[in-house]
Amino acid sequence: MSYSGVMSRKNEIMKKAVGIDYDKFEEKGISFDYDEMMHRTGYNLQEIIESQKETSIGDTPILELKNITKLARKFAPKGKGARIFVKDEASNPSGSYKARRAATSVYHAKKNGYKGVIAATSGNYGAAVASQAAMLGLKCIIVQECYDSRGVGQPEIVEKARKCEAYGAEVLQLTVGPELFYTFLKLLEETGYFNASLYTPFGIAGIETLGYEIAMQFRELEGRDPDVVVATNAGGGNLTGTARGLIKAGAEDAKVVGASVNLKGLHMASDTQFNKKSFTTGHTGFGIPFATWPDRSDVPRSAARPLRYMDRYVTVNQGEVFYMTEALAQLEGIERGPAGNTSLAAAFSLAQELDEDKIIVVQETEYTGAGKHIQPQLSFAKENGVKIEIGDPSDEVPGENIILPKDPSYIKVKDLDLNKIRKSYIKNCIKNNQDVKISDEDLEFLAKDTKTNVEFVREILLELNNE
Amino acid sequence: MSDAKKGDWVRIYNVVLKASERAPQVPEDTKKVPLEMWDKGYLINDEATMGDIVEVETYIGRRIKGKLLEVNPYYDHSYGKCVPELLYIGRQLRTLLEVGDENE
Repeated sequence: MSYSGVMSRKNEIMKKAVGIDYDKFEEKGISFDYDEMMHRTGYNLQEIIESQKETSIGDTPILELKNITKLARKFAPKGKGARIFVKDEASNPSGSYKARRAATSVYHAKKNGYKGVIAATSGNYGAAVASQAAMLGLKCIIVQECYDSRGVGQPEIVEKARKCEAYGAEVLQLTVGPELFYTFLKLLEETGYFNASLYTPFGIAGIETLGYEIAMQFRELEGRDPDVVVATNAGGGNLTGTARGLIKAGAEDAKVVGASVNLKGLHMASDTQFNKKSFTTGHTGFGIPFATWPDRSDVPRSAARPLRYMDRYVTVNQGEVFYMTEALAQLEGIERGPAGNTSLAAAFSLAQELDEDKIIVVQETEYTGAGKHIQPQLSFAKENGVKIEIGDPSDEVPGENIILPKDPSYIKVKDLDLNKIRKSYIKNCIKNNQDVKISDEDLEFLAKDTKTNVEFVREILLELNNE
Repeated sequence: MSDAKKGDWVRIYNVVLKASERAPQVPEDTKKVPLEMWDKGYLINDEATMGDIVEVETYIGRRIKGKLLEVNPYYDHSYGKCVPELLYIGRQLRTLLEVGDENE
């Protein structure tokens, strides 16, 4: 079975493996009916809440980070420094919010008579699928990109392999490269298992409960909705699902901020750079490409469309996230992350822009453990030639050094120009639909898909025409 | 003497794509090396020595072939070595909060 031979059967294999006929939602030009896709193939929120309860997901605690808030206020202008809260998603089975993302896929697979589920993931998602499969009695295979050509594995990914096996899954590990998808397709074809993709409506609908719970819990705790919700952003699903849940709860005024670790300059498919990064997800290496072209995922149309819901997009550096991971342990007495603390590092900086009576929510935490912890990850970085320094994190060069902030005043988010990202997305839509004449429906679609308006889209199209 | 016998839990290895077969879009450094894979299972052959091509049944019951690498494979990832660069953080944070309390 040659690479190109298998890849050419991609759509046919995928249709069987996710049971969704995406053609039904396609429209003539650039657009497709996103709402209809989410509505018709998903489950409604109530059904998902019920099914997630069956596998002990959700109702995770909201913790107020009083000491970290106090610390932020020390560096904020007078009267500024919003109260920082965190939703402790690590208390889900398998130790992260990904349990929500996996649950609906596994539930759907079981209901539709699939014997097993497969997911291509090196992160918490694999553990979540394996854990849910264990509960529902399905077989599970996780395909990981884990090693470089020296056979050296990222400690965080190795830990995830261990965790998946602990839940009874088979873990197939690969070296670096996008051809992981080829192995993945062959496995789907061989086994006939369900593709528990991160990007189907099932995956995204499962996260809606997270946003919904945040709104409900704050109404109970504080009598109102939070002002800002920060979500770590990679493939866009976490942010999309959370924002949709907030909207479904009627918390439309809560601003949704995406945060990614800045890994600028590192190529995600590079064998020699693979072990130069200390974050395997939540970084710009996924965040930017998936925001500017969400349909690059393993399914024809991704249900994760972060630009649709994002009000602001910021980055933080690796050193800042590691520092905040220490702060969470040393000031709040809880060990979590590190990767899941990307949004915490961002929130620490963002809180200083907001008035003291405002509420900012970090919408996830994740478990910590051997390999997946600040100490082994920094030891590993050193072994791979990355220098650990103390200074100004804005001087950090991904792959060369990790700069821990000299003091907390050096933790500062960097804003990404959202309009520039929106423009790239529109440009990619044009590039991938070259012979298409842009219709009014397309304009409407692009406006919605970028959280802008038709005038904005027209302007961008004009700019692109003149380039 | 053989290294493994039927029913032993083993780790196997395969080359999925040779360097020359890699996808066109991969970066130059990745193109120079093969796509490799590792998996685990119960040995089906009566016996085998390291490096033999063997057949295994994976934990979920799939049968696959590959080169025998390890018997009773285990994980040795850990909490890493001491990273002295991290030590200042906790003290710094506590000091910052204590100083504040005196002023309140």
